[in-house]
Amino acid sequence: MTSRKKITCILCPIGCKIVVQSNGKTAKILEGNKCKKGIEYAYHEALDPKRMLTSSVKVIHGEWPLVSVKSSKPVPKKYLFDILNDIKQTSIKAPITIGQIIIKNAGKHDISIIATRNVKKVQTE
Amino acid sequence: MIHQQADVIVIGGGPAGLAAAVSAKETGAKRVVIIERNTWLGGILPQCIHDGFGVEELGESLTGPEYAERYISRATQLNIETMTETMVLEFTKDLEIIAVNKKGIYLIQAGAIVLAMGCREKTRWHALIPGTRPSGIYTAGVAQGLINLYNIMPGNNVVILGSGDVGLIMARRLTFEGAKVQGVIEILPYASGLPRNVVQCLDDYGIPLFLNHTVVEIGGHERLSHVLVAQVDEHRNMIPGTEKKIPCDTLLLSLGLIPENELTAAVGIALDPTTQGPVVNQDYETSLRGVYSCGNSLQVYDTVDVLASHAQKAGHCAAAFSQGRSNTFKFEKNVCAGKGVTYVVPQKITTYGSIKLTLRAKKPGKKQQLHVKNGETLLFTKKLPYVNPANMIQVTFSLANTMHLSKKDIEVSLQ
Repeated sequence: MTSRKKITCILCPIGCKIVVQSNGKTAKILEGNKCKKGIEYAYHEALDPKRMLTSSVKVIHGEWPLVSVKSSKPVPKKYLFDILNDIKQTSIKAPITIGQIIIKNAGKHDISIIATRNVKKVQTE
Repeated sequence: MIHQQADVIVIGGGPAGLAAAVSAKETGAKRVVIIERNTWLGGILPQCIHDGFGVEELGESLTGPEYAERYISRATQLNIETMTETMVLEFTKDLEIIAVNKKGIYLIQAGAIVLAMGCREKTRWHALIPGTRPSGIYTAGVAQGLINLYNIMPGNNVVILGSGDVGLIMARRLTFEGAKVQGVIEILPYASGLPRNVVQCLDDYGIPLFLNHTVVEIGGHERLSHVLVAQVDEHRNMIPGTEKKIPCDTLLLSLGLIPENELTAAVGIALDPTTQGPVVNQDYETSLRGVYSCGNSLQVYDTVDVLASHAQKAGHCAAAFSQGRSNTFKFEKNVCAGKGVTYVVPQKITTYGSIKLTLRAKKPGKKQQLHVKNGETLLFTKKLPYVNPANMIQVTFSLANTMHLSKKDIEVSLQ
């Protein structure tokens, strides 16, 4: 199935609207890019768009109720909500240190979820 | 009264305050103290859990909490003292700071002061939106804190007014947390936030952006039940007949930020009516000698990277002043915003050498020529392929000491 997509390039403030035709496996730039960099960006966006995923995970016995987290690498867009679902089901005991792995193979994908802050433990009775 | 002395006192422990304090200490100031009214350092960064911080400054993309942690550990290594949960009540023309915390009232004599108080969000009352007064109306930053720090969901069915970066980022964040975001309403014909955020926070999730639209009425008792949205003309007046009722339980306001300068105004430091920050020279020194300004209390920045680099200079110059080796004024020239320019910082130049200007364009445009002129003399010119009010323009030029400056102001224009 071929489809036409209009992609806004974000590499510079001009924000070219690049029109790409794609069948899911290959892509063809039709028009709109003002420079060469835009071509590569548009290919990635048309065929395999990825985003860094950031969210937060529930903390037990922490000075804060949440710890902020990020994905270990950019996540294919189509997996974002799988991973978010996993994040929602998870809770972790304080103390937590920045860089600590909170979830391995999040959403059954080859992506880890990593703490981006420290959370101290609070004393409980 | 607890009496103390310090070489440099930094008011505010957010990203600007931390960067200024680190730089002051590295410049050789002995006792550097950060006074912060909150319980933590880093200001707004711990709630900005998205990434993109530090790309220009550090060459890597960090999240807000990670970026803050870098500066906090650097400040700790350098033995910078921090007084949290401490409120500065006022400071005097003699650089005495009066502050209060649980232990008592402090009178601290400073060698130099750096103002890094940050900014506040505009509220419903700045936009004068008519209607009822139900719950469910938040500024975007407050909603961000509720979700990301306190695990509280502000609502489920959301309209966002204003396309500033925090509003755009919250559209995505709310979507991730299962809320329905009906759309972002922007009164201007273009987005106020960075293009990257329009693409990655709205387009990615099919959230519509309504340009040339605004909220003309808020409805509901107890809880927000709907907003009335209408199209506006080029004078930002509502076009009758275009009203649309959008049912929702939550309205987020992302209307812009106001530098916080109550302390600054109280001591009589000159403020710029456009930036609402102090008038500063190229060293970020205010009209009161020995008092420096940086961060979002000076001007609202787009990125923490640029903010931190300017704050470092303010901290460096404050440390030099406290050691009695600040720049002497060779002259005093006003820098003013000419055609096509909203504002310029610094607003004064008092010495020769390398001058860094930051400015904002009035409206988006292509192929613009930036001119820096003193009367008829052209001091600097640069071609800009594209300008956008959402992207701060930065230029650096050299003002040679052989340059004869006329009595006229230095004017910066875009055409």
